[in-house]
Amino acid sequence: MASSTHSTLQAPSDEGNTPVQSRPVAAAAILVLGIAAILFGLMVSVSVGAADIRLATVWEAVFRFNPELPQHQVIRELRIPRAAAGALVGACFAVAGAIMQGMTRNPLADSGLLGLNAGAGVGLALAFAFAPSLSFTYIMMYCFIGAAVASLLVFGIGSLSHSGLTPLRLTLAGAAVSAMLLAVSQGIAILYSLSQDIAFWMAGGIGGASWKQLRIMFPWVAAALIGSLILSRSITLLSLGRDVAAGLGQRTRLVQTAGMIIVVILAGAAVSTVGPIAFVGLMVPHITRYLVGVDYRWIIPCSAVLGSILVLFADIAARMINAPYETPIGALIAVLGVPFFIYLAGKRKGELQ
Amino acid sequence: MNRFLPLPPDKPRRSRDVSILILLAALIVILFLVSMNTGFMRLSPLEVLHTLSGNGTRQQQLILFDFRLPRIVISLLIGAGFAVAGSILQGLSRNALAEPSTLGINAGAGFAVLIFISFVPATTAAPIFVLPLLALAGASLTAALVYFLSYRRADGLSPTRLILIGIAVGAGIYAFQLILSLRLDPQNYQFVAIWLAGKIWGGDWRFVLALLPWIMIFVPFACYKARVLNVLNLGDETSKGLGMPLERERLLLLATAVALAGACVSVSGGIGFVGLIAPHLARRLVGPRHQIMLPVAALSGALLLLTADTIGRWILQPAEIPTGIVVAIIGAPYFLYLLAKSKA
Repeated sequence: MASSTHSTLQAPSDEGNTPVQSRPVAAAAILVLGIAAILFGLMVSVSVGAADIRLATVWEAVFRFNPELPQHQVIRELRIPRAAAGALVGACFAVAGAIMQGMTRNPLADSGLLGLNAGAGVGLALAFAFAPSLSFTYIMMYCFIGAAVASLLVFGIGSLSHSGLTPLRLTLAGAAVSAMLLAVSQGIAILYSLSQDIAFWMAGGIGGASWKQLRIMFPWVAAALIGSLILSRSITLLSLGRDVAAGLGQRTRLVQTAGMIIVVILAGAAVSTVGPIAFVGLMVPHITRYLVGVDYRWIIPCSAVLGSILVLFADIAARMINAPYETPIGALIAVLGVPFFIYLAGKRKGELQ
Repeated sequence: MNRFLPLPPDKPRRSRDVSILILLAALIVILFLVSMNTGFMRLSPLEVLHTLSGNGTRQQQLILFDFRLPRIVISLLIGAGFAVAGSILQGLSRNALAEPSTLGINAGAGFAVLIFISFVPATTAAPIFVLPLLALAGASLTAALVYFLSYRRADGLSPTRLILIGIAVGAGIYAFQLILSLRLDPQNYQFVAIWLAGKIWGGDWRFVLALLPWIMIFVPFACYKARVLNVLNLGDETSKGLGMPLERERLLLLATAVALAGACVSVSGGIGFVGLIAPHLARRLVGPRHQIMLPVAALSGALLLLTADTIGRWILQPAEIPTGIVVAIIGAPYFLYLLAKSKA
């Protein structure tokens, strides 16, 4: 059972049948070092940009704010919310991916590849088209609903068939649902001439994040992250297989429903703030599992930390690669994510069938 | 080699196949009349007959020959092209869920065209004949990449890996399309957005001329290779055992599918799902023998695309929905239904 952190567990489907130990020491180290890296990343992220700002000035802007100085204004109103948004959505996408991979025992689960981001995108397009003056709270609600519809479609299809959710089936269902939902939002965008507005959002607009958005999304994200920690033990059990979990007395349906609600909130909140970024939720949980073992009580917090680091530094790189222009962060992460996906898809022949 | 193939069908079977072909052709004609009778500039079936026989007014002639007919012909050609490309890919990979867009081929072709449009203004007349070539180059490069990444010396071409890697490469290319399209000015952007969503350009016979040679060469060629596809269905070992030069034939057929998909994408933009649904319909109607299955798939694809085009023009008139969007909204549920049913 997963009650002890040192217990030997059977790995989730992607690591074969050899027992793998959970590694709490490594996990604790990741949490400590990772949080330090996030703090460092936040400082770098605030100081790097179209106008480089010295770290000393950043310090002053935070602790001895002087509204007269334009640099202090830039830091407070643009740079800090941007850095915070990057860290926050990184955690969202990574934890959403970890939960989905754990619950479905599917190494290729990711909110982008499974259509949740596209669903949230439809919500976004609807909000842009029919109620452009809507407050961010409602835009986020639209995104939640869109992501929920997409996840119901994908997982509903998967569970309809006898052999269940094989990775191939899930990925194909995700691709088809993505294509359909993308078509719907493209249709809305073209009809209402909003294509480029929405495209900027779609391409990962971390630069557009504001305090207002962060304030609205933060309680949801915090609640969902805490919920995922509470659920983490049950997810470890589920990752051993539904039959095992049910045999150990777990109410699997309840856990799966709660898990999906958390995933929908995380993906919806992240997409409504920065647009869909795929592959974070695919890559980070794999790396985390490799480092800390198979216990989701460690995987989930470590995924959150590593996801934050990935998006935070990708955002910094996006601003530095082709300065003063910004490279869309979604594309930058795809450059890492596509080879990773190909590696995963090619690694285990047969097992993915 | 001939001896090992399924026996030639008996008489009633063959007459059934022929009647299905005739039925599909008749449906296309009926839909053509329906399509002419819907939308912004409409002609009733009688007026269409009049105009076709050369008795129409000047305005009717203009509507029929200059506006509507080229677009309808293009829809039919594209539908047939995608359908045959999808049939070939499904035969090659022995996977019923393969098609040009799940293998990333559409994305690659679209990306090449997008690169071109972002450097040369698309509204000029010049690119019309260049676009198919570019799209073809993009499609070939992507297909080569996907093939290369999914081929293993040990176990050859695993269909599962082929599709998963196709999806991954497609997703990656999509991300790059996004970067490029954001650099465009708003006017060009709107053009590209509509193009990527799969809008049939139409309205011009020159597009028909640009597309026709590809369809006229590669669709018959695919039908000529029908027997090879039949043998490939039996599995790699059996194909080799029957004395077929496996790798050569596979490459040749892959090239045919890529050429068809590339040429179609260049005129239509990103239209998915036709290459998936049409072969399924065809197999359900006439069974797996490619000799008859390929022509039936081509006609079903043509019918499907003409339907989607008509719906796209009709449903929110006078605004038009790109055909690709209509196809995706019709096609994705069917795809999901197939997925739920399949055992793979």
